[in-house]
Amino acid sequence: MSDQLIFAMEVTLNGLMAGVLYALVALGFVLIYKASGIFNYAQGVMALFAAMTLVGIMNGQVPFSHLINALFGGHTTHFGWTVPSLVAILMTIAVMVVLAWLVQVLVMKHLVGQEPIILFMATIGLAYFLEGVADLMWGSEIKTLDVGLPQGINLWIDETTLGIFGYGFFIDNLDIVATVIAALLVTGLVLFSQYTKQGRAMRAVADDHQAALSVGISLNFIWVLVWSVAGFVALVAGIMWGTKSGVQFSLSLIALKALPVLMLGGFTSIPGAIVGGLIIGVGEKLFEFLIGPMVGGATENWFAYVLALIFLVFRPQGLFGEKIIERV
Amino acid sequence: MFYREAGDFKLSYVEDSQTFPIRFDRYRYFAVLAVAYGVIPFFVNDYWVNAILLPFLIYAIAAIGLNILVGYCGQVSLGTGGFMAVGAYACYKLMTAFPDVSMFIHVLLAGGVTALVCVLFGLPSLRIKGFYLAVATLAAQFFLVWLFNRVPWFYNYSASGQINAPERDVFGILVTGPNAPAWATYMFCLIFLTFCAVIARNLTRGTQGRTWMAIRDMDIAAEIIGVSPLKAKMTAFAVSGFFVGISGALFFSVYLGAVEVGEVFGINKSFLVLFMVIIGGLGSIFGSFAGAAFLVLLPVVLKVVGVDMLGWPTDIVAHFQLVIVGALIVTFLILEPHGLAQLWRVAKEKLRLWPFPH
Repeated sequence: MSDQLIFAMEVTLNGLMAGVLYALVALGFVLIYKASGIFNYAQGVMALFAAMTLVGIMNGQVPFSHLINALFGGHTTHFGWTVPSLVAILMTIAVMVVLAWLVQVLVMKHLVGQEPIILFMATIGLAYFLEGVADLMWGSEIKTLDVGLPQGINLWIDETTLGIFGYGFFIDNLDIVATVIAALLVTGLVLFSQYTKQGRAMRAVADDHQAALSVGISLNFIWVLVWSVAGFVALVAGIMWGTKSGVQFSLSLIALKALPVLMLGGFTSIPGAIVGGLIIGVGEKLFEFLIGPMVGGATENWFAYVLALIFLVFRPQGLFGEKIIERV
Repeated sequence: MFYREAGDFKLSYVEDSQTFPIRFDRYRYFAVLAVAYGVIPFFVNDYWVNAILLPFLIYAIAAIGLNILVGYCGQVSLGTGGFMAVGAYACYKLMTAFPDVSMFIHVLLAGGVTALVCVLFGLPSLRIKGFYLAVATLAAQFFLVWLFNRVPWFYNYSASGQINAPERDVFGILVTGPNAPAWATYMFCLIFLTFCAVIARNLTRGTQGRTWMAIRDMDIAAEIIGVSPLKAKMTAFAVSGFFVGISGALFFSVYLGAVEVGEVFGINKSFLVLFMVIIGGLGSIFGSFAGAAFLVLLPVVLKVVGVDMLGWPTDIVAHFQLVIVGALIVTFLILEPHGLAQLWRVAKEKLRLWPFPH
């Protein structure tokens, strides 16, 4: 087999792994969009916020220490203890649930019935707000996140492929773990929405708000629930990306990466988010590998969008989105 | 008492269809113009022009452009930053290729080039609607920025990859480059803003504006009563692109002077202009001004209060700025989703009845 082909296979595999990570972020979007028709731009910042909170709790940082010190002239920045990662993750989940509740009570409750674009803008405002709060709470420097996930090259794949092709593939252990976790998460979410009472209520709300209200489902509760689940997904995405490339501002930009994934898959479809993520992940890695050198590289910045744009011209609702029916 | 139609008799069709039907509004309009052209240029200094006036004027142009697209035609665009970059680079190429031509021509041509690019990226809007379109315009944003970064022809093969505005004049007065006097740069941008605002106001009042609004309110219904969506959407993208291109050209050549495309015309710029349009008020020319003024002034005020008066560290103030901008946007959307323009409208309605509300 030619070298080029083998490289392309490795690139494809890596693309699949990256696609899973994109899909993780896109999942959060789909959940909220399905249940409340809100296109939640803040999803990326929620991932950042969750990851920062997790690091902060694990290291025993004092929240808002920088601000408190500036105002009252203290020097305390740490409590002086460290929290085991599992406990910290549970605490972070609690924080995300509180956040979901706050968002619902303070923002979204007052915006019911507004046009979608207004809701979208509100989530952009929310994104700015959260980003500022996260920086004030935990400081804006780059942090490393280590919750004990395996990292580094997977030797087994390396050796096996070396045996077959005479060239070892470089696959990060973390990517494999991420794939497994994403698969578990999706299965869990599907089971949750199909077989539990709350899940059924969630789907009912997604179908028709008024009908759901009339059979006694509390919209408020469902929305808090949905935002909490989205917060949990954001935490998982935050852990994966944070472990991979450090907890920093650029983490919130993965939301932008998730947008073309959503467009490809359709805003309303969970399988769509997964398939879209894989297509985008593989597509952009292969394009960068094959065409990138000819046009000056760094095509990853825009390829996903252009692919999604061209795709949408032919199928405006995405791969798995609900057919858009327009009536006058 | 003064603000009412009563007693203001219209004797001809021209008078009847003028932009400001209320006399007080007309006088106010001329008074604002008189102050802007006749008073401010004599009192400005470098700080005021560079920190407040120039950004305000230029962002107002961009906001008017985006408002035509989003507020009047209902096509949400997140590609404003990319289109401003087109204006900036078109202006740069023209300035360096034809050094003897007046800056006016360059900026207008840059607007024209941007209009073409904008129409090209607007074509998918015929098939794609709503959020899908908003995300599709991000393709324009990222692709254009990448293009200007990677193709050396656009930045004339300069080593740094930046573009720097050479010194150019209008009727012998420098308006670009570090030696341009503050009042000249101010006047230059002000003339463009007036020009754009007058055009936009009259376009949106006339047939064209009504076509746009018909498409915005319900495109299928508009199509049935004979509005061509192709024409309406493409003209909206073209006009919007023209204004946004002008603002990009001015932003680069007059305001900044040197530009690194990823930093200056990144996705944040798109959001900033969109915020201006939304906070100001969708579908309102006055709203574009108000939104631009608000978001230009806010960071300046916060910095003055936070750093200079309270003496906090700059990074904390920067974080607070994010928090406050975010909170303000959310508050605005909750309390007044139609933006500052709506407050203005309400104030005018109240004024019409004042002081006898019954």
